[in-house]
Amino acid sequence: MSGADGADIVIAAEGLTRRFGDFTAVDAVSFAVPRAAIFGFLGPNGSGKSTVIRMLCGVLRPSAGRGTVLGHDVASEAEAIKRSIGYMSQKFSLYGDLSVEENMDFYGRIYGLSRARVRERKEALYALCGIRPFVNRLAAKLSGGWKQRLALACALIHEPDVLFLDEPTAGIDPVARRDLWDLLFELSGRGVTLFVTTHYMDEAERCSHVGYIHMSRLIVAGRPADLKRLDAVTPAGTRRVEISTPAPADALARLRGVAHVRDVTLFGDVLHALVDADLSDTDLVAATGQPANRVDLRPIAPTLEDVFVTLSRNELARSGA
Amino acid sequence: MNGFWAILLKEFAHIRREPTTLFFAFLVPVLQLTIFGYAIDTTIEDITTVVYNLDGRRDSRDLVAAFASTRRFKVVAYVFNEADFNHALAAGRAKVGVKIPPDYTERLLDGEQAVVQVLIDGSDSQVATTALNSAALLGLNESRRRGMAFAEARQAAVARDPAGRVALPIEIRPRLLYNPNLESAHFFVPGLIGIIMQLVTLFLTSFAIVRERELGTLEQLFVTPVGRTGLMLGKLVPYAVIGFLETLIVLMVMVFVFSVPINGSLVLLLGLSLLFLLTALGLGLFISTLARTQLQAIQFAFMIMLPSILLSGFIFPREAMPLPMYLLGFFIPVTYFLEILRGIILRSAGLADLLPSVVGLVVCCAVVLTLSVSRFRKRQE
Repeated sequence: MSGADGADIVIAAEGLTRRFGDFTAVDAVSFAVPRAAIFGFLGPNGSGKSTVIRMLCGVLRPSAGRGTVLGHDVASEAEAIKRSIGYMSQKFSLYGDLSVEENMDFYGRIYGLSRARVRERKEALYALCGIRPFVNRLAAKLSGGWKQRLALACALIHEPDVLFLDEPTAGIDPVARRDLWDLLFELSGRGVTLFVTTHYMDEAERCSHVGYIHMSRLIVAGRPADLKRLDAVTPAGTRRVEISTPAPADALARLRGVAHVRDVTLFGDVLHALVDADLSDTDLVAATGQPANRVDLRPIAPTLEDVFVTLSRNELARSGA
Repeated sequence: MNGFWAILLKEFAHIRREPTTLFFAFLVPVLQLTIFGYAIDTTIEDITTVVYNLDGRRDSRDLVAAFASTRRFKVVAYVFNEADFNHALAAGRAKVGVKIPPDYTERLLDGEQAVVQVLIDGSDSQVATTALNSAALLGLNESRRRGMAFAEARQAAVARDPAGRVALPIEIRPRLLYNPNLESAHFFVPGLIGIIMQLVTLFLTSFAIVRERELGTLEQLFVTPVGRTGLMLGKLVPYAVIGFLETLIVLMVMVFVFSVPINGSLVLLLGLSLLFLLTALGLGLFISTLARTQLQAIQFAFMIMLPSILLSGFIFPREAMPLPMYLLGFFIPVTYFLEILRGIILRSAGLADLLPSVVGLVVCCAVVLTLSVSRFRKRQE
């Protein structure tokens, strides 16, 4: 299978749907992930992220639609998929009463690796994940970041082609988070396809591809740069402006009441606004209610957050109408 | 069978890291067997007895001595007025009161019926029944002795024994087989072994899968190629090994501490114990697939344990149960195992003698294992 840009498609969903009774947890989701991509899957809690992962990993049968991983159908060839994927859940799910090495040995055996192969893989992963100093420590005694590295090492013991990570950085410190992402980039460089769910927008910006799911529906999927250029994000006749002012909160309150300002939000100590193109800079500065010499304007491209916020609002407006 | 060895080795590692599992598996059964084995002693002797003798002459004293010499009764007090007599019984100092009338000797000499009143505390039915039967038998024996002496004196007898002495026309000669001294340990200890094995194995395995479900490690296993048979058997075999070692230990306690010999074949006993272990462990795994949390697993385990103790014939004879309860017993694996244990240990029964119970146990084992493997899904529904 190959995608529009000529790359192999490793993970594909076509109208993937899952219902639990009357509730539709995942509603006709379609996307494609090329080889060696880092696909960032975003969405609020309960939007259906984990359900999509569980379907792709072959532990939950889709109610409708189709999903393939490495060309295997998720419904009929689940066991074939399980042999060539790794999965790291958001909750620490290794055996706390076993040592680091025992946990890795266990997963090596589960995947049916030979003893020599397990030894070889352990060495490689100790080096890659930097957990060699802790091989004899009980997993329960590791700190959060090291637990995540061990979980990653266990998920990689059989050299999977695809790695699913369900919120791998939830609740770990920023240094450990940065280190984990460095590891993910390294894996991607080696040709492993990564499917990562996250809550963090900065993590989304690092991904080669992103998808955003909201209320069970996939709002958008693609490369971050492509998404930022979408017409729907910055509609014709509008522009995005960064507004610097000494009193941003006051300016924010005033701008929210202005008709030509479609959206305005605080970004650190500056404001990001989506305004109609026919609103002149002078009028905009005046609308902030601040002294004109204290306000700076700068045209900007949308962030991924802008993309997701704008598209979710559009979606809500459409379904509400 | 994918992943069988991986799971098996991992379970042993868990057991090694959690010595309380071994404590629970090995030491607790021995303690339970010892404590319960001594506590459950249904041979009733030395029932406390108070005597109110209004006669006081030799014949009446002989009667009191006859009571004491049965060993069922132990005279703890002699009282001399009605109030003390009643008070001894009401206060519980004595469970039996013997009241001999003032004209006891005269009546016997005059050829009239003498009436001896025996009051029995009925609050403990087992003690009361024993006292009732023993007292009645004692009266009968004393009467027979007097009757025969009377007949001998008159040279008139309804029957004579080969030596020419006066005898009863019909003599029943009962003989107790297998447990001639009616020692309750012989009946209870083999049964207790079955119950304790059921208890320990059920609790050990009922946690096996629930624990992984609670920890989230089961979810992780679902995304690996581990097979469900491999997973189930990998969980079951380590505990079967432990259960088997435990069986050997409790059997030794039975033989050497309670002096209950194994009359039948040891090989047959161990073979059938293994079959029972598989069934009991399978039952634990089945619970594990039903329960969502460890708390639920405990509750399910108790739901199985209670009927196993009450309806299996461990305490109450099944023959005496109402029909529905009796039939329910057939659905409890330990019912068959108790028959097998008592059969081999006490009656030296062979495989052919135990065939119905063995078949019953085999069916239970097959049903339980099939149910638990098929209940277990690698997919979430």
